[in-house]
Amino acid sequence: MIPVLLIVVPLVGGLLSFFLKNDKAVRLWALFSSLITLVVSILGLTVLKTDSYLQFRASWISSINASFSIRLDGMGQILCLLTAVSFPLVFISTWKSEYKKPNNFFGLMLLMQVGLMGVFLAMDALLFYFFWELALVPAYFLCSQWGGERRIAVTFKFFIYTFTGSILMLVAIIYIYLHTPDHSFDISAFYNTSLANKSESWLFWLMFIAFAIKMPIWPLHTWQPDTYEQSPTAVTMILSGVMVKMGVLGIIRWLMPVLHMSFYQWGDTVSTLAVTGMIYASLIAIQQDDLKRLVAYSSIAHMGLMCATLFAETQSGMQGVMIQMFNHGINIIGLWIVIELIERQFGTRKISELGGLAHHSPAMAILLVIVALANIGLPLTNGFIGEFLMFNGIFASSVTKYYIAFTVLAGITIILAAVYTLNMIRKVFYGQTNSVTMAGYSIRFNEKLALAIIVVFVFVIGLYPKIFLNITQETSEFILQKADVTKLFAE
Amino acid sequence: MNALLLTAVLGVIMMFSSILLTSKASVRNIAIFGLIIVLVSNVLEMSGTVFFRIDTKGMIAFDRFALLFNSIVFASTLIYFLLSARDIEKVGIHYGEYFALIFFVLCGVTISSSFRSLLMLFLGIEIISIPLYILTGSDKRNLKSNEASLKYFLLGAFSTGLMLMGIALVYGATGTFYTVVTNGTNSALFIAGMLLLMFSMAFKVSAAPFHFWTPDVYDGAPAVFTSFMATIVKVAGFIAFIRLFNDEFGTMQPTWQLLIALITAITLFIGNITAVFQQSVKRMLAYSSISQAGFMMMAIYAMNSDAKEGLLLYSAAYCLATIGIFAVLIKLKDYSFDGFNAFARQQPLLAAVVTIFLLSLAGIPLTAGFLSKFYMLKAILETGKYLWLVIFAVMMAVVSVYYYFRVIQAMYFKEGNGQIVEVSIAFKWTLVALAGIIILLGIFPNLIIYWLYF
Repeated sequence: MIPVLLIVVPLVGGLLSFFLKNDKAVRLWALFSSLITLVVSILGLTVLKTDSYLQFRASWISSINASFSIRLDGMGQILCLLTAVSFPLVFISTWKSEYKKPNNFFGLMLLMQVGLMGVFLAMDALLFYFFWELALVPAYFLCSQWGGERRIAVTFKFFIYTFTGSILMLVAIIYIYLHTPDHSFDISAFYNTSLANKSESWLFWLMFIAFAIKMPIWPLHTWQPDTYEQSPTAVTMILSGVMVKMGVLGIIRWLMPVLHMSFYQWGDTVSTLAVTGMIYASLIAIQQDDLKRLVAYSSIAHMGLMCATLFAETQSGMQGVMIQMFNHGINIIGLWIVIELIERQFGTRKISELGGLAHHSPAMAILLVIVALANIGLPLTNGFIGEFLMFNGIFASSVTKYYIAFTVLAGITIILAAVYTLNMIRKVFYGQTNSVTMAGYSIRFNEKLALAIIVVFVFVIGLYPKIFLNITQETSEFILQKADVTKLFAE
Repeated sequence: MNALLLTAVLGVIMMFSSILLTSKASVRNIAIFGLIIVLVSNVLEMSGTVFFRIDTKGMIAFDRFALLFNSIVFASTLIYFLLSARDIEKVGIHYGEYFALIFFVLCGVTISSSFRSLLMLFLGIEIISIPLYILTGSDKRNLKSNEASLKYFLLGAFSTGLMLMGIALVYGATGTFYTVVTNGTNSALFIAGMLLLMFSMAFKVSAAPFHFWTPDVYDGAPAVFTSFMATIVKVAGFIAFIRLFNDEFGTMQPTWQLLIALITAITLFIGNITAVFQQSVKRMLAYSSISQAGFMMMAIYAMNSDAKEGLLLYSAAYCLATIGIFAVLIKLKDYSFDGFNAFARQQPLLAAVVTIFLLSLAGIPLTAGFLSKFYMLKAILETGKYLWLVIFAVMMAVVSVYYYFRVIQAMYFKEGNGQIVEVSIAFKWTLVALAGIIILLGIFPNLIIYWLYF
């Protein structure tokens, strides 16, 4: 029931949005639809928690044993909550932004929500692939139509890059399907497949490439900074806040328990790539002058940490990743909100041209500083909880010899993150005002509201993460148990 | 058998209709009505009602696969008539005869999908090809059309000669024209005959390296007939191909599998890479038909039940999507990519529908094109051999996304004066229904595959 509503509500909302030509009407309708989705998601978390409400299964293509099977497990709950919270936040904070043909814009945004929800809910491999691609198509049209100057070429590169990864994943999915004991695409069949070691290796890489492109992991990250820069900010919020989590979910749900031997074997290689990417991206972020590109590179660093933690295969690491997925999504949306209103008001995103914003807009400065500190992972904020659990996870890892090296290198990136974040805050908000920022800007109500909601999340999760830890515990135990290879060595 | 005789008779009726009737609308209506009768009679034959019983001495046998394929072809041709019949009349003055030739081609399609004797294969392929030579050159005042027709005729006759030589060698080896053979399959004569037949069939379906006629012929022919040739004739060739290699050469699969895999790989490569560089959408669609042929060749390589189901689904998806795109292309005056600039502003509904057709050809989920490519990949992975072919095929599919999306980008994101096209409401709604069918098949492929078994 709940999963079906989570898909149907934005679908209906999106399709109807195309027909509302009035700007005000379509914005209200989109906000209304996303709020209903949020209510459904909260219901699924709190009141209607029984199994019968949280899953749905219908037969789809019975001849190849693909079923329309969707379910909300612990990790799915958090990610669906993230999606359900993000869209209202995005709509509220961009209330005053102008869009040509708003009916198409909001229709495509809501259709993207359908795709995202579907990926987080799908328990059937073919259905997972369907939603994976379907989340991409509205993003392509949104970025190409409403983006910046170089949008067409950049979005095309983004689409083809991601499409390459997904179609390689399709080959792996079909291969694993043909080796399931009962020839079905269902996730339980995938978990029960045993594959030869040699084929597991290349299957691992086929699937991992798709997820690595999505997250992104160095060196498959080159599409990301340009795409985030050229997209309209509302779309960037969803791309970086929610869509990259599709890659993490893919690794946790579809890669780790299915191809556990290769996961263990290639863990060091992938962790090295991830950690290299973290340091590389952080160093580049320090050099950045453009605010959007700075946040884009910092996002690469955060996702690299999540990837390295996953390959450490520990309980606290897994839970840390699951919580951090939510935290990172919320925090980065907060950062994008501030960047969007800076760009709209002052017409520039360059740090060198800004300065002294805090003199005229103290409220905005305070809210941004809180979100930025949450991004770094200061204690009391949600970022700290996630990062501490993740570092604990890497350090306690029993599957890799290099846990100390990875922990230290990842720790260095935290320092680098503090460097570029505080540098950005100092140059943009404090210091002298110049001709551009002299006009000053007093933050509007809708932006204040969105940022305030995010700050509330930052502190609540930062101080009392138990709710999230409880939700994710069962899922992480289950996945780790499936991925456990030590019993193979016991004999 | 119903459809075979009815199409032949209707061909003759159409020839006379243009003499006896003066109004073009009535000729068109007779053609559409006749095609509906053919389609209905074919569907009736699928449930057992046969109007004519003729003893063909086992040379033609209409099994489930052939009948279902014929239904798909007739339905596609019906949609083709509904969309493009008015454009056929603009080609020349011999209006009724164009329809007659198309009906004769359909007759050849029914023979070539159900043959059990190599003689019937030859007959079917020739009945398909000869009307096409005429249709290609039907724009008599256009030099390119004449060149295309002559090129097609000469190369087609040459390949038919190869086919006859191959049939003769196979007859020499086995002693019979029937495709179910038991002895004589190990001789060099047989293998030589098999190779010649493979090459001539590869020519007919424009597989590389026998594809060189395709771009010039498709480009020179009037666009409305290119639409017919690139879709229905090509898939008919593939059904004949898979029938031949399943029945006659099925036992020798290890011998020809590698060769077919190589042909598939070269076809995919040449079709996709050259399509990237095209400036004209019509020529791009010609090369895209070569690359789609590459995907369909994968079914012949795999030769299992998934491959056959997949080929049927692929035929439907490919025919419907390409007929739809050509229907819109025919209405435009400028066939280049820039001719599509800002098309979405002028004709939002047509642009949306063309986008769905292009997404289906590219293989995006939710469209029939994706599921058909999925079946092909599944068929190859099931054989467990030559997995490099799968990876290569998906890489080429990514390349194909590039040139299909160029059209979408021109329509939606580029500035320009969108071309003004005059289309009737019925045309728009038929296209919308076509897009709806493609999405429906993309979610429920069982709508077609179910009928293969029940």
